[in-house]
Parts: sequence; structure tokens; C-alpha cells
Amino acid sequence: MKEPEIDDLKKLLKDSLPPAHGVELGRDLWPAMLQRLDQRTLRVPWWDWALLATLAAVLCFFPGIIPALLYHL
Amino acid sequence: MELLERFAAGDVDAFEALFRQHQGEIFRWLMRIVRNTAVAEDLTVETFWRMHRAHVRFDPAMGNCGAWLRRIATNAAIDHLRHAGREVPLPDELPATAQQPPGEQLELRREILRAMNKLSPRLRAVVLLALVEEEPYQSIAEALGISESAVKLRVFRGVRILRKTLSEAGVHP
Repeated sequence: MKEPEIDDLKKLLKDSLPPAHGVELGRDLWPAMLQRLDQRTLRVPWWDWALLATLAAVLCFFPGIIPALLYHL
Repeated sequence: MELLERFAAGDVDAFEALFRQHQGEIFRWLMRIVRNTAVAEDLTVETFWRMHRAHVRFDPAMGNCGAWLRRIATNAAIDHLRHAGREVPLPDELPATAQQPPGEQLELRREILRAMNKLSPRLRAVVLLALVEEEPYQSIAEALGISESAVKLRVFRGVRILRKTLSEAGVHP
């Protein structure tokens, strides 16, 4: 492909999709960043939920182990 | 201790200082790829989130935090384009500059956006950065983590696909 072919397409693209050079950030994003960081601290990994579900199922099917567990706590 | 070393050690104040120093630059870079303010803002936060998550791996001796961030931002933008899917039109809220009648201009822009959506996210990012934003090949190569010749190759491939798609739609560049 020749350079003029690229230049023609470049001109067409630039006429229809103007460059975003002059666009500036309109607000400070630090509050959004802090929110994102806080979400991370609240997030519980999926395997913790799986462990909890397994424990609940075991206690549900074998309620007899509850006194034994309480004894060992 | 210097800012980058403090950041690598997990200091949140150092992270905030770096965030404030680079957020505008990263937002502008992302705007060039996604061309939508709300998406670029979200991706700016995503970029710094990824940076924060990787602070343990960051080597302060590397020095150029801006280049590292730009690379993370480019990957985040490409991930966004990939997840947005090809059927979703490329958002473009920037006004066109051509001096054509509004109807024709709108139609032409629609065809160009349709042709752009035929490109893979990586090719689309390269075409936008190289042809529309006229970024130097070297900075595109650094942002994508590839060589300059690979960038040139992607531009050629992108141009070939765009020309073919536009020709099929009756637009002859």
C-alpha cells in the first residue's frame, strides 16, 4: 500500500472523527478513586463465601456436631 | 524517600500524589482511544486501580511512571473495547470538522464508525492513535508494548480493512 492511500484515508478519518487533543479532564477523579479503593476492602473473596456455605450445609445436615464445636470453642 | 519508592512501599499519600500528577494525562490518552468522556473517566480510575494493585511489582528505579501508566491505560482501553463488543458502535461525542452538509457528514461518519467497528480492538486503537490523533509510532509502540515496525504493520492492516469496508459501503477515500 502506498503512502498517498494512507494519507487519503487519514484525511477522511480526521474530517469525520476530529482529534481529541483539546479535551481536558473536567473534574478531579480522586473521590472516585477513593470509592474504588474502599470497595476493595469490603469485597469478600469467593472462596470465603464457598467455605461459609459448606460450613452452613454441614451444620444443617449434621446438627449433632454443633455441641462438639461449641465445646471446642 | 522519593515519591516512587514510597508508592512502591504501599504509601497511600504517595499514590494520591501520583494520581493527581498523572490523572489529566491518562484521561487525555484514554480519550484518544475511547472518545467518550464518561468511559475515559471510568478507565482512568481503572488504570490507577490496576497501578495500585501492582505497586509491589513496580520498580522505582525504572523511573518513568508516566510510560508505565500509559501502557496500563492502553490495555484497560483495549479490554473495554473488547468487552463492549463489535456490535456496539464506537462512541464519538466530538464534533466533526468537515465542511460538508450536515446530512452527508452524518452519513459519512456513520459509515466510518461502522468500518471502525469491523476492526479488532487492538487494530482500532492503533488506527485511531496513528491516523486520527497522529501520535508518533514510537509512543504508540511503547503504549502497546510492541515494536515500531509492528505498529506500522497494524496501521497497514487497519487501513486495508477500512478501505475495503468503506469501498463496499460506497465511500471511496
